[in-house]
Amino acid sequence: MSTTVETATEIRPFHVEFSDKQIDDLRRRIESTRWPGKELVDDRSQGVQLAALKALAEYWTSEYDVGRIEERLNALPQFTTELDGVEIHFIHVRSQHEDALPLIMTHGWPGSVIELIDSIKPLTDPTAHGGNAEDAFHLVLPSLPGYGFSGEPSEVGWSTGRVAQAWAELMRRLGYERYVAQGGDQGAAVTDDLAHQGPDGLVGVHMNLLRAALGNTSNLPSESDDERAALEAVGTFRTSGFGYFLEQSTRPQTIGYALLDSPVALAGWMLDHDTDSYYKIARAFVDGRWTGGLTRDHVLDNITLYWLTASGASAARSYWEGGRAAALAAGKTPPAVSIPVGFTTFPGEIFRAPRSWVETLYPTLVYFNEAERGGHFAAWEEPELFARELRAAFASLRNGRSS
Amino acid sequence: MSSAQVAAPTEVRPFTVEIRQAELDDLRRRIAATRWPERELVGDRSQGVQLAVTQELTRYWLDDYDLGRVEARLNALPQFVTEIDGVDVHFIHVRSKHEDALPLIMTHGWPGSVIEQIDTVGPLTDPTAHGGSAEDAFHLVLPSLPGYGFSGRPTELGWNLGRVARAWAELMKRLGYTRYVAQGGDVGAGVTDTMGRLRLEGLISIHTNLLVPALNDPAALPAETDQEQAALAAIKTFQTTGNGYFVEQSTRPETIGYALLDSPVALAAWMVDHDTDAYYKIAAAFTEDKPSGNLTRDHILDNITLYWLTGTGASAARSYWEAYGADAPGAGQAPPPDVQLPVGFTTFPGEIWRTPRSWVEASYSNVSYFNEVEKGGHFAAWEEPDIFTNELRAAFRSLLKEAP
Repeated sequence: MSTTVETATEIRPFHVEFSDKQIDDLRRRIESTRWPGKELVDDRSQGVQLAALKALAEYWTSEYDVGRIEERLNALPQFTTELDGVEIHFIHVRSQHEDALPLIMTHGWPGSVIELIDSIKPLTDPTAHGGNAEDAFHLVLPSLPGYGFSGEPSEVGWSTGRVAQAWAELMRRLGYERYVAQGGDQGAAVTDDLAHQGPDGLVGVHMNLLRAALGNTSNLPSESDDERAALEAVGTFRTSGFGYFLEQSTRPQTIGYALLDSPVALAGWMLDHDTDSYYKIARAFVDGRWTGGLTRDHVLDNITLYWLTASGASAARSYWEGGRAAALAAGKTPPAVSIPVGFTTFPGEIFRAPRSWVETLYPTLVYFNEAERGGHFAAWEEPELFARELRAAFASLRNGRSS
Repeated sequence: MSSAQVAAPTEVRPFTVEIRQAELDDLRRRIAATRWPERELVGDRSQGVQLAVTQELTRYWLDDYDLGRVEARLNALPQFVTEIDGVDVHFIHVRSKHEDALPLIMTHGWPGSVIEQIDTVGPLTDPTAHGGSAEDAFHLVLPSLPGYGFSGRPTELGWNLGRVARAWAELMKRLGYTRYVAQGGDVGAGVTDTMGRLRLEGLISIHTNLLVPALNDPAALPAETDQEQAALAAIKTFQTTGNGYFVEQSTRPETIGYALLDSPVALAAWMVDHDTDAYYKIAAAFTEDKPSGNLTRDHILDNITLYWLTGTGASAARSYWEAYGADAPGAGQAPPPDVQLPVGFTTFPGEIWRTPRSWVEASYSNVSYFNEVEKGGHFAAWEEPDIFTNELRAAFRSLLKEAP
């Protein structure tokens, strides 16, 4: 499937292989976990609850099949190619519909390509998933530098801006001359940078996290109920929900020791994201009641991938790079976004971005919708709904296909 | 010096540390099995604790450090536990041979423990053997904060600084002290400052070596002189890039607790990643075998090993949630009244910020003593026990002389 777009020597097929030794070591570590006492509250306000993490560890060792990751990833066409000095891993699925719109989609933290793979079929094979041939995408899913099977940068400077430049080169290398980009979380940051950079060939973007609002809400309207509610949610996040963010932005190496050495420390750190997804994941393990695609197996696929690729510290370091880039960019205005922007608000996200906020930040907004369900991990939790949003957001961009 | 002469009948029980060999073996096994991250990409601490430091620390921990030290050092001192407000509080209690000595309750901080303070026991309680006179003597009480070391872990919410402060007053009362002083740095400064505000019966003065009000509201302090501006800038640096541990512990102690209980290297790194001055001193102790004062490799590992063996990473982190967290029961309450007692303060130059006298005077209406010493940092009592002792003698001298 890849041969049609591969350039001569630079793009190499990739195959996941884990050794039994690695898997045995993981199991041994989980089984010998030394646990803290129970938190003193009945909610998440002191962190990941002991019952949730114990249920996760129990499932991890007794029911979860570690071989799943190999199987799921190796069932897909995977490649690596060196971009700007770092070996980048990516999944590349071309649609059977030759006219499909090329789409590069970027995962976030604490995510990986695992978040995205259940959206591959609906996006690349729409006729089998409630859509038309005109809805098809050729899909490129790279692993961020320092994440999963991508290489770990060995020098400072891999901000999301540099990642965006690498993605543009990746698309060029794959022969895509006209494409769109999408992302949530860190992936939204990369996609936003791509939109500001406006590389040749990029004709539109779609995001499901309004990343700029997390950093600064002072220029955003706060009059309507929706706006005030969003403002309050951002405030809550900044008051009590961003310990992980701050630690990763300032001391990735320090937390990295924990994330490399202790599976439960890694799992705890990764579960402790936004409130909505935390409770959904906690319920999946404690009550066996999961939400959409956020099943126990899927959640553990992602955590186990971080463990086996030992990327806890290097992924955390991407936040440090974000902090450094922000400091370097202070006082400078990035070039305006001139390409069409689509945005979907998923109601469980850290804050429910109102249309007015999106319009303020992206005057070229061409598509906005609030989906009826789904949260921070939208593609993962609701892959079909997510695919419908992308079809709708990018529909207008397919008309100019001849350009 | 035994507990019998000061303990109320049944409540104060002698305490001896006993560590099982199996726990030491397990610790050793875990350190040896550490799975390491790659090296940081910078030449300083700006990405966190450097790999060379943690690797040398764990090598020393495994090869050269005597894991029996914690037990031996603590059991050489008179230790007790007593239940206060539902929690078993562990404390060291050393009475001076000088009967007129001034009773002093001194509170450690995070990531500290009584280990920070035990090298001050000799100079403070036995001044004639340590360059002082009999009039400099203290009767010394060193409690372990709830959730730390050998103290019990609270099983209910509400153990904020005020509750600890009241528990300390009860402890001093129970020990028969009706006129006493209090001292602390770091979280211990928070406890001590609160004790001063609560106007506890018997408490006649406090001394701290961290200016608590400055961390709460630096904008309220004078910012005109070079010194003031430098201090403000240092606080800003801390609050911009140095307080990740603080925010995590204040908001998600259980989450980081999993790491601190399960991985010795995670615990060591989390504890070494404190203020910049202490970090580089500790790093140099390991990577260059150049300790600063009393911050030796063995002393640092005594403290980390104590946290490990008592399994208190999560419960100690939780004390930040109680004291500073937005979701804690005490959050948003009106601050307690100003301190009216005489307040002594010593600025140690390596502290997170170098407190100018003007800030101390703006924070406390009755500053009875201020000094800036020539060396020492955040862990003042630990790093420079003799200088620290001299400061307490000087700060409390007027009160010592008035002792009945």
